[in-house]
Amino acid sequence: MVRVIAFIVGLVFAGVLLISLISGVADYFRHPPEALASEEFHKEPKEVHFASDGPFGRFDRRQLQRGLQVYTEVCSACHSLNLVAFRDLKDLGYSDAEIKAYAGSGQEWKIKVPSINPDTGEASTRPALPADHFPPPFANEIAARAANNNALPPDLSLITKSREGGAAYVYSLLTGFQNQPAELLKKFPDAKTPQGLHYNPYFANLNIAMPPPLTTNGQVTYADGTPATVDQMAKDVAAFLVWTAEPKLENRHAAGIAVAVFLLFATILGYLAYQQIWHEAKRAVRPTGALDPKNQAKTRRARAKAGVAG
Amino acid sequence: MATKAQSAEGSRTSDSSGEGVEHGVRRRDFLNVAAVSFAGVGTVAALTPLIVQMSPPADVLALATTEVDISKVVPGQGIKVSWRKQPVFVRNLTPKEIAEANAVPLSSLRDPQTLAERTKPGKENWLITLGVCTHLGCVPLGITPEENRGPYGGYFCPCHGSMYDTAARIRQGPAPKNLFVPDYKFTSATTVEIGGKG
Amino acid sequence: MSFSWAKAYEPKHPFMKWLDSRLPLPRIVYGATGPGYPVPRNLNYFWNFGVLAGIFLTIQIVTGICLAMWFYATADGAFASVEHIMRDVNAGWLLRYAHMNGASFFFIVTYIHIFRGLYYGSYKAPRELVWMLGLVIYLLMMATAFMGYVLPWGQMSYWGAQVITGFFSAFPLVGEPIRIWLLGGYAPDQATLSRFFSLHYLLPFVIAAVVILHIWALHIPGSGNPTGVDVKDERDTLPFHPFYTAKDGWFAAAFVLLYALVTYFAPNYLGHADNYIPANPLATPAHIVPEWYFWPFYAILRSFTLDFVLPAKLWGVLAMFSSILLLFFLPWLDKSPVRSGSYRPLFKRFYWLMVLDVLILGYVGGAPISPFRTALGQAAAAYFFLHFLVILPLVSRFETTLPLPRSITDSVLHGEAAEAVPAGRTKRRRGSTAMAG
Repeated sequence: MVRVIAFIVGLVFAGVLLISLISGVADYFRHPPEALASEEFHKEPKEVHFASDGPFGRFDRRQLQRGLQVYTEVCSACHSLNLVAFRDLKDLGYSDAEIKAYAGSGQEWKIKVPSINPDTGEASTRPALPADHFPPPFANEIAARAANNNALPPDLSLITKSREGGAAYVYSLLTGFQNQPAELLKKFPDAKTPQGLHYNPYFANLNIAMPPPLTTNGQVTYADGTPATVDQMAKDVAAFLVWTAEPKLENRHAAGIAVAVFLLFATILGYLAYQQIWHEAKRAVRPTGALDPKNQAKTRRARAKAGVAG
Repeated sequence: MATKAQSAEGSRTSDSSGEGVEHGVRRRDFLNVAAVSFAGVGTVAALTPLIVQMSPPADVLALATTEVDISKVVPGQGIKVSWRKQPVFVRNLTPKEIAEANAVPLSSLRDPQTLAERTKPGKENWLITLGVCTHLGCVPLGITPEENRGPYGGYFCPCHGSMYDTAARIRQGPAPKNLFVPDYKFTSATTVEIGGKG
Repeated sequence: MSFSWAKAYEPKHPFMKWLDSRLPLPRIVYGATGPGYPVPRNLNYFWNFGVLAGIFLTIQIVTGICLAMWFYATADGAFASVEHIMRDVNAGWLLRYAHMNGASFFFIVTYIHIFRGLYYGSYKAPRELVWMLGLVIYLLMMATAFMGYVLPWGQMSYWGAQVITGFFSAFPLVGEPIRIWLLGGYAPDQATLSRFFSLHYLLPFVIAAVVILHIWALHIPGSGNPTGVDVKDERDTLPFHPFYTAKDGWFAAAFVLLYALVTYFAPNYLGHADNYIPANPLATPAHIVPEWYFWPFYAILRSFTLDFVLPAKLWGVLAMFSSILLLFFLPWLDKSPVRSGSYRPLFKRFYWLMVLDVLILGYVGGAPISPFRTALGQAAAAYFFLHFLVILPLVSRFETTLPLPRSITDSVLHGEAAEAVPAGRTKRRRGSTAMAG
């Protein structure tokens, strides 16, 4: 009964699937799908190495500081970093005083931290403290879109974890702005980059709303004297954004090595103990109980008494 | 027959392993003990982050400092402010209250401390303490003169009757210690930063 | 437990005797995982995966309880609270990554455990209930994992919730009301998040209870073994402790090492980058996919592209649910008296074809839609249903099986084919293992 129903159900599902398949195949040949410009001209991220790559990766703090400088002077005009607190910058090697200055008095942030006037109770603002998070460049999403041609600049705190390709993608994007290639226009005349967008083959849809942020060498003057080429700035800010996404990366790698070594030892010890315990069990099947040679005479007598044939 | 072979094999095995048993037992025990110990150490190590994670996270620990404007606190008055989600009493002592505090013999105090030890030099009139009774944590009364300051003119805790004097030291009642003095520093003549190291 | 030679629990210490006469927990442990549980001596490493599943359930519960101390189940705060755990909570990053990857490893281990059952006929009499309880555990795991993935309130969390609850609207008349009832609203929102958090916390304990029933049901007939031949006498078994505690112990260390390597060095490999973007109800991600352990079912769901009597969406939902529900009937679909695939050559061939099929379905489910993959998925889904519902019943009825060994011991001693009897003869021949003269 079960099998009859099973047969029917199975044949029905398989049947409907095969009809769908055949119909799909027929459709494909009748109306072949059009090629898309983004499929053909999209590029995978460039090969680039960061100090934090690999299981033994650590951050290069000088690079992170340069990256912070690029963020502050270039990116923070449009992009927020709202998951990072100023006090986290201690990780980059800054002192408490430097962080306090950067947060509160030295740096002019566009949006101040909201607070309340202690005497009148009116809404007011106050300078940022180290415990505060990086303030956003716009009060809210509507303001952000209004200032950016209806595009919303994403928050950068997790950008390297929220995009396929991670830091390599960010680096490739920042250095990938170029003119639309002629062969693309020839093949896909409808795919001309619209007004207000910019061609970048590393972006999934090829045309990104962000204008190239790093345009000239020396756009930023690094505090440590490193020459600020576009390539260098892109690498530094990408490395910085790996840190903002995963400040605990170094802790994770260090703990991982310790745990892996420990577990390797535990596995080896456990395996040897297992081999030892199973040694006799594997070598032979030792008859025990009624079948043990020592007991067999007794068992034979008992069986004979009970009248069970030999 | 199969069984004969089996039992013969069996006895052969048990005989030959007879001599090796002694060493085998010792080696077996050591390996087992070692393996189980590793498992034990591993379990304890695995438990550690589970227990540690309950400690205050970095954002809570980030020494939150509160700046308090004391320009409007006249002698005899006090204000209550919030610092690390706890009440802090900022009180401006009158000369009479200071004299009363200094007149108390240290030996009569449950938690001996002088007023000078509990204030900053040159600012002995500013008594800044946590507003948390050291008995079981209620907020004592007495920060303003309208509230009950108790018989010693300091603070009075209504929960179980702890009484503090003008230096916020415990004089009577179940509290074991004086009201706690947090780290603070005067950032100007009229502002105090509580939580900031002096 | 019905093996007469099982060692009895005999407490020696006065405290243990006192405890035993009042609440015999040590006795139960002794008889279930200690020297008092005889287990076939010929188990291979595929038998380790049940214990591993138990280990990962424990890891998930423990890390989950700790995470729940910091998680805010609010639509505004959930994403930020998870990032707070990652950045500020002591060892928070470890808890989060361990929990995230623990779920994946729980499924890896469970899938190997299930496929062991499918190959060795573990679902056959008298273990049908063990199998069905196991399927209940699997369904509960899927519900728990789905709800857990929604909690961080990332893009995939939100849109995954939207898609999965959307299944129910496929059902005519009652579908949409059920969907709205499930969500507590018209789209995933605060109500959905709160209830998913509540149920996600609850279900693992329900799973634990069903696991106890699952093990209990197993211990009545005792464990199966790779030959599928029943235990005859004492020589066929070994006490669980120390033999299988040692074997489980070392293999668990090795497997946890693998888990640690992924958790510490590639923690986001099995996940999806889009879930690091906060949920946006107004913008759908380019490719919505569930977590990898749901990919085969997702492929089956998406394979139905044609309206044929019923709308394609309804076909997809029915087929997806059926693909799991049909497994409940396996003991009655495959009634061959020979349990183990080792002795069923024709069955074996189709088994590996099915494994390949499931892998193909997994690939199709996780990849972006393309005409080629859609066709591949349709063929693979068709084979899946044909395999369990048509092929297996026929194979089990008409196949020629290999001769079974007389006993487990014989198969261990002499290799499985040697002392064989024709298939079906499960009774021990009188005098075949008589004592030596």
